[in-house]
Amino acid sequence: MAPSTSSAITLNINGEKYTLPVDHRTTLLDALRERLDLTGTKKGCDQGQCGACTVLIDGRRALSCLQLAVAAEGRAITTIEGVADGERLHPVQRAFLELDGYQCGYCTPGQICSALGMLAEHADGWPSAVTADVRPEAEPPPLSAEEIRERMSGNLCRCGAYVQIAQAVARAAESPLGETEERVA
Amino acid sequence: MREFGYERAVDVSSAVTLLAGDPDARFLGGGTNLVDLMKAGVERPARLVDIRELPLGRIDFTPATGLRIGATVTNADLAAHPEVRRRYPALAQAVLAGASGQLRNMATVGGNLLQRTRCGYFTDLAKPCNKRAPGSGCPAIAGEHHNHAILGASAHCVATHPSDMAVALTAFDAVVSYETASGTGELPLTDLYPPVGDTPHRETALPPGALITGVTLPPGPLAERSRYRKVRERASYAFAIGSIAAALDVRGGVVREVRLAFGAVASRPWRAREAERVLLGGPVSAEAFAAAADAELAAAEPLPHNGYKVQLMRNLVVAVLSELAEEASR
Repeated sequence: MAPSTSSAITLNINGEKYTLPVDHRTTLLDALRERLDLTGTKKGCDQGQCGACTVLIDGRRALSCLQLAVAAEGRAITTIEGVADGERLHPVQRAFLELDGYQCGYCTPGQICSALGMLAEHADGWPSAVTADVRPEAEPPPLSAEEIRERMSGNLCRCGAYVQIAQAVARAAESPLGETEERVA
Repeated sequence: MREFGYERAVDVSSAVTLLAGDPDARFLGGGTNLVDLMKAGVERPARLVDIRELPLGRIDFTPATGLRIGATVTNADLAAHPEVRRRYPALAQAVLAGASGQLRNMATVGGNLLQRTRCGYFTDLAKPCNKRAPGSGCPAIAGEHHNHAILGASAHCVATHPSDMAVALTAFDAVVSYETASGTGELPLTDLYPPVGDTPHRETALPPGALITGVTLPPGPLAERSRYRKVRERASYAFAIGSIAAALDVRGGVVREVRLAFGAVASRPWRAREAERVLLGGPVSAEAFAAAADAELAAAEPLPHNGYKVQLMRNLVVAVLSELAEEASR
């Protein structure tokens, strides 16, 4: 018997539950943008190469264009819409704003979600490809410009705003998360 | 994309039973390669069996048994694991050298081993490809092949295996465990990928419907002195044009043990056994390392546009073994 090619699923996005029927071919990216009006997450290449569609799944950064929506059921999804606390911007958002970490802004939601995931990975002591000594006995590498660029290399910016993006991530890394939040005027 | 059914497996036996009953079914792990290929029409499964929630997500290490990696462990969790970083640093380095942070969080170890080549002709349905459409031809041989194989290829296919992780696993004598509806089995990773010959579409020696359940690495101090080095056309987030995983034990100025594997030069991670044979018991010098590389690369059959890989791999052997020897002498 041919299997059913669609399912009714419930997605947990930014702490809210959304129930919707999906054709199994639907990616999480298309479910967010086309079905749930959460258009902050951007579609760039749709091939897992540009990072514009980056969201957090169970707290880790992931590409929503390669994630089937049906396979995301039961997991905690955070999109750019869920990063700020109401009108209070997240320190990573503030850093991008203050340091002009963009030009056209299309890659920015993915850059910010990726930076959030990357800072959490670094805080958990994960090494990177440019970490000289990966052994756990070695000192965790400071977030140098080289480390930031390597760890953010999955996010492309066609405007080439990399200098300011790297600076914004560096500033966000310096500010203990939650302490520098300010209400946007 | 073809429409497909979706089921989430809760245990290994039901997962392999689902596959056994449907030749058009595929296992879905992280999906980073499979979903992409489904969008391109290269993969057209009628059913996906999601295995991400199977109880195969553990990494266990004991000094007696070595490292056991569950098939659904993500690349990111593998590279972050303290015992992997301590006991098999080249494996952590290899994983970290591949893809991006986002992809490493999604991709699984079993899927990494079974990922498909990134040959541009394979992923382009408008082009012939013996791997995708057996008998249709290989346009890469007379076409775009600057990053194709120099070792073990054939007149039917010159594609490379794209994994970094598998190169380190090959150097460390990894064994792959699998399960089918009729039982369990094991394969040395060096036997997982059959020779290309005239069957480039047969990419693994796994029986039909097999699920990779895990990978085991033997214990031993050699792997603690190991390194992975990757050369690519940009500084990050690109496939290798040449890579090497190496481990070296030197005592009294003599090579006591050595492991060498090459990436991006063949249809599979290439264990450099001829180079190992030449090195074993011999002196520790750049000349000896170069001679070993030459012995391995004597079998190379480069195409018009990828001959640079022969010198590249020779340089990598000399550089990485020299670094490991220098560290051993400290």
